[in-house]
Amino acid sequence: MDTTVFLIVAAVVVIGLVLVVALRDRSSTTTPARVPDVKERLAKARRSLTESLRRLGSRGSVDEAFWSQLEETLISADVGVATSGRLVARVRESRPADTQAALDTLRAAMVEVLSDRDRSLRLEGNPAVVLVVGVNGTGKTTTIAKLAHHLMGEGRSVLLAAADTFRAAAVDQLRTWAERIGCDCVAGGERADPAAVAFDAYQAARARGRDVVIVDTAGRLHAKGELMEQLAKIKRVLDREAGSVDEVLLVLDATAGQNGIVQAERFLEVVGVTGLVLAKLDGTAKGGIVLAIESSLGLPVKFVGIGEGMEDLVPFEPAAFVEALLGDL
Amino acid sequence: MLRRWSTVVIHMFEALTERLGAAFGRLRGRGRLTEADVDAALAEVRVALLEADVHVDVVRSLLDRVRGRALGAEVMESLTPAQQVVKIVRDELIATLGTRAEPLAEGRPLVILMVGLQGSGKTTTAAKLARMLARQKRNPLLVAADLQRPAAVDQLETLGGAVGVPVFSDKSSRPRRVVRAALKHARQAGHDALVIDTAGRLQIDDRLMDELADIRREARPQEVLLVVDAMTGQDAVNVARGFAERVGVTGVVLSKLDGDARGGAAISIRQVTGVPVKLVGVGEHPDALEPFHPDRMAGRILGMGDVLSLIEKAEETFDHREAERAARKLEEGSFDLDDFLSQFQMLKRMGSLKDILAMLPGAAGALRGIEIDDRDLRRVEAIIRSMTPEERRNPKIIDGSRRRRIAAGSGTNPQDVNRLLRQFAEAQRMMKQLSGGRGLPAGAGRGRRGQTKRKKRKR
Repeated sequence: MDTTVFLIVAAVVVIGLVLVVALRDRSSTTTPARVPDVKERLAKARRSLTESLRRLGSRGSVDEAFWSQLEETLISADVGVATSGRLVARVRESRPADTQAALDTLRAAMVEVLSDRDRSLRLEGNPAVVLVVGVNGTGKTTTIAKLAHHLMGEGRSVLLAAADTFRAAAVDQLRTWAERIGCDCVAGGERADPAAVAFDAYQAARARGRDVVIVDTAGRLHAKGELMEQLAKIKRVLDREAGSVDEVLLVLDATAGQNGIVQAERFLEVVGVTGLVLAKLDGTAKGGIVLAIESSLGLPVKFVGIGEGMEDLVPFEPAAFVEALLGDL
Repeated sequence: MLRRWSTVVIHMFEALTERLGAAFGRLRGRGRLTEADVDAALAEVRVALLEADVHVDVVRSLLDRVRGRALGAEVMESLTPAQQVVKIVRDELIATLGTRAEPLAEGRPLVILMVGLQGSGKTTTAAKLARMLARQKRNPLLVAADLQRPAAVDQLETLGGAVGVPVFSDKSSRPRRVVRAALKHARQAGHDALVIDTAGRLQIDDRLMDELADIRREARPQEVLLVVDAMTGQDAVNVARGFAERVGVTGVVLSKLDGDARGGAAISIRQVTGVPVKLVGVGEHPDALEPFHPDRMAGRILGMGDVLSLIEKAEETFDHREAERAARKLEEGSFDLDDFLSQFQMLKRMGSLKDILAMLPGAAGALRGIEIDDRDLRRVEAIIRSMTPEERRNPKIIDGSRRRRIAAGSGTNPQDVNRLLRQFAEAQRMMKQLSGGRGLPAGAGRGRRGQTKRKKRKR
């Protein structure tokens, strides 16, 4: 096999990338997140590699079946190989006397990963602005309806901004919810500029004296540059009007696998996510990916979606979450 | 900034070389796979599969099968032991996924029922599928039987309008009745294909699953397509099993595959339920629905870079003598901008840089998120092209006025030119170091090249 050609391909790709990114540094004032992004990714790739090597080395000790069952339980809950490995390693280090002690240590370690984070909503602006983002189909619109209902239950007045002008009938979906809940909804014309809709909604909320504006956005895959740039623009417009957006909530599907981490990273970079909503936790998926996200990015899960009704949004509770995740163990 | 980028490149090479080291490092020609070879490679493969969201039980049984096949297997002439193991894994993945693309069922009228969890992409897929059928000279009808989600009917009507397929709906009715009426309407209006969109539901929701089974009895579809989000994690197995047991599923559509998820769900579902993946959704455009290719999916799930097809592609495109010369210069550190440009031209003929990057082992995973815009590449190229051959060979002679000329010629500014030159010098230095020292796999050095010349790859 021709290794020379392969080497050349690799080298030229690498040099090409270096040059591209070097030039991009100049424009890094407008898109500051990109460069550290590369570094973090590379560092992470290395970490996961050492992680797997380390695990390999520790094989062959006592109770091997138990440890691998423990690890597989975490993995099957979408916690991920790396985070699962780290957690299991920590429990091993504590040299538990029996399996019960091991499980207790594991629970404590998991809750600790999730502890010391402010999970309350910060709604300081007047009106306060909540921007809701996520990939396609995670449940943004439904989550917004529930969140609006939740906030109104606390005595706040809410206005919804239908800035998902892309998906067919998304505006109608949000309007229907607004009618059910009994709050205002501001929408633009067909294929309106989402940033313009967000702007109008903010102005309307201020004029009408509403307490909170919740902005719905179109689902977008985080790997799509243009769409992410459009999202950044919505955020910029709102930041400019409101001083700063109070909360940027990333809605994550509980069935999401390891790609959830990349989603969180990208949305964090582009719009500065402040918290997560873990939707659809009423299914059989455990949503373990948020453990990895909380531990690597420090982003708190603020709410959990547990059904299709208006009431089905509850504050996230680490201990209950861990309990549900470990299930039968 | 210099230091930062050199670290990046070094990190990148570490990722690259570590994988390559495993793949090429212990090149020793033919022989049989030893237990150590197999175990070392399988440990890596396990992580790759789990990170791709293949179910943990499925990974275990897959690796058991691979181990059995790999132990004592002969190493093909063209491969190293580690590559041989990876090849067996890949073959096993393809065998599990099905060796060919499974076509949709036939029949007139052809009735297709779309089912799945909330947000998996049923409605969008239904519209794309209707368009696909229309292109196959059928006369399809979309049926809006999702009466649960607010505005789902409106969404399908809008999408139907966009793809030019009529939509049958009745918001005031019940799903089963809508289906019955739609079948009747289809007979009268001469539609020979129906695509029925249903509400998203959890596979553990008894009431809604009963409703779905009811709809199925009414519709008597030839195809029940389960739409699964490519980003789904370990739970995909439970979902597929639930739908397969309660309603029966004839095929899977893997949606949102245009993102960067590796889509391990495909293999888990196939293994656990035996249901083949038939179609994949690769974008929001109405045409972005494609047949499923097991071999491509296997490469994607493994995420180890499709080294074999990369080399295959490279060999078709690259001028061997030219590549050898460039490799030598790279090693000596005399690889200049001219060499870079000419190699880069050849690289471009292989496809987009992004695709090539995805085929590189190791680095691919780490760098998948970097967006490589064609504009960025053009900028790099424009700058180099605006230099005289002399300048490309010896960038040191580029002074202020040359810099201004190059910037003007390439539509950039002098700082850009400077930055590019600095980075190139840095990369050059590093390549030299890496290829001279322990960095690059044994191959970059002498002996390898002689071998390369002799060897003709066999498949």
